[in-house]
Amino acid sequence: MERIELTAALAQGQELLAEVTRESGVRASKCYQCGKCSAGCPVAFAMDKTPREIMRLLQLGLMDEALQSHTIWLCACCDTCSTRCPREVDIARVMETLRIIAKKKGYVAEKKMDLFHDLFLKSVEKHGRVHEMGLILGFNISGMQPLKDAHFGPSMLLKGKLSPLPHTIKDNGEVKKIFANVRKRGGKV
Amino acid sequence: MKYAYYPGCSLSSTGIEYDMSTKKVAKSLGIELWEIPEWNCCGASSAHLTDHLLALALPARNLAIAEAEGLDVAIPCAACYARCKATEVEVKNSQEMKKTISEVIEREYAGKTQARALLDVFVNDLGLDSISALVNKPLKDIKVASYYGCLLVRPPRLGFDDPEDPQSMDQLIKALGGTPVEWAFKTECCGAAHATTKSDVGFSMIEKILTAAKEAGADCIATACPLCMNNLDMRQSQVEAKFGKNYGLPVFYFTQLIGLALGLNPEELGVNKHFVNALGLVKKLLEAEGRRDTA
Repeated sequence: MERIELTAALAQGQELLAEVTRESGVRASKCYQCGKCSAGCPVAFAMDKTPREIMRLLQLGLMDEALQSHTIWLCACCDTCSTRCPREVDIARVMETLRIIAKKKGYVAEKKMDLFHDLFLKSVEKHGRVHEMGLILGFNISGMQPLKDAHFGPSMLLKGKLSPLPHTIKDNGEVKKIFANVRKRGGKV
Repeated sequence: MKYAYYPGCSLSSTGIEYDMSTKKVAKSLGIELWEIPEWNCCGASSAHLTDHLLALALPARNLAIAEAEGLDVAIPCAACYARCKATEVEVKNSQEMKKTISEVIEREYAGKTQARALLDVFVNDLGLDSISALVNKPLKDIKVASYYGCLLVRPPRLGFDDPEDPQSMDQLIKALGGTPVEWAFKTECCGAAHATTKSDVGFSMIEKILTAAKEAGADCIATACPLCMNNLDMRQSQVEAKFGKNYGLPVFYFTQLIGLALGLNPEELGVNKHFVNALGLVKKLLEAEGRRDTA
């Protein structure tokens, strides 16, 4: 096992930890490591680090370990952890914040999940609404799995549950402006 | 009673029967829905996992249009509801955010218009007594697992029901003459888009919910979310194949169950659009009704 010099790690992690605190509004030091978040987390079984472990990494300043984890991508944003935390730590918000920072730093442990959200937002920016069929086709093609779930396609179309063509809203200029205004304010969209 | 109506993207495609049944049932119950003209996507999880401001600004445009009409917004989709509610609360609580959002969307929005879950509107504004008074085909002998999922009840500061053991849908089922089952997975997460982006993980999460509903003796599941519907209904056959199980559990939107109890035509409620056959259960219900009538 690799040896970690904790005093140095804490000093090195301060800047990023401050960013997490600022963006999420959560002080990691409030967590007393009871593990209730991880006991209730419905995705903990698939995570490389439990939510409690992520909180501990932040407390120790081991930011890269947290940012490179699969956990922050596997979090389903269900808010069970935040709802149950006896210290009222909004852990789900921490996960979301870590994910945004990880992406900025180029740490994307789950590339397909990231791709899905990028394609989703592209569809929204272009049409004002998400075009579900286009999203799934685009996701499957970019993800090199063109036939994934394809067997659902014909019956979805027959049931009228997929529109082959996107619907673009009339005022879509307004939605494009929202994206542009968010970018002007430094948003990484 | 009049509300602005925000259907959200899924309700014009994969969740089309939620839109159909919402409109039919609202009309029967005397609720007027004014669809927000040229509404845009709420951004869903994709926006709030990408940029906090974008996640607030996208729903704000729709809320601002409703606010200009002086109407609260009724929202069927649990995920759209959670995004809209988060925006309303953040704008209401911060003058600075109010200013920022109005600048980003280039419209005035003061956080006065409330985002309301359609379930909340039916149960708490209209009231269960008014609904049960209109029931003419009670869901007798139908055992329903009320599945709230995550976003109707969490985070608790945005929800309208108990985050651990919500009751509104169960009470509604009772008012419709059905029997809600006791089960522990009411608010367990179905994995949302994980079934698409990380199938192994998503399918395991769906499997636990279907198994729990079956073990609780449910004849069907009721939901208020189009993504939950997709996962529990469309993907049920995939989960059965992966885990060697056989559920055969129809899934309904709660609006479809209201519609059936009001005696509306199942096809007009889109009950024929599910993947797991739901019409069989409806037929059983109508036959039992017929037997009671002739007895």
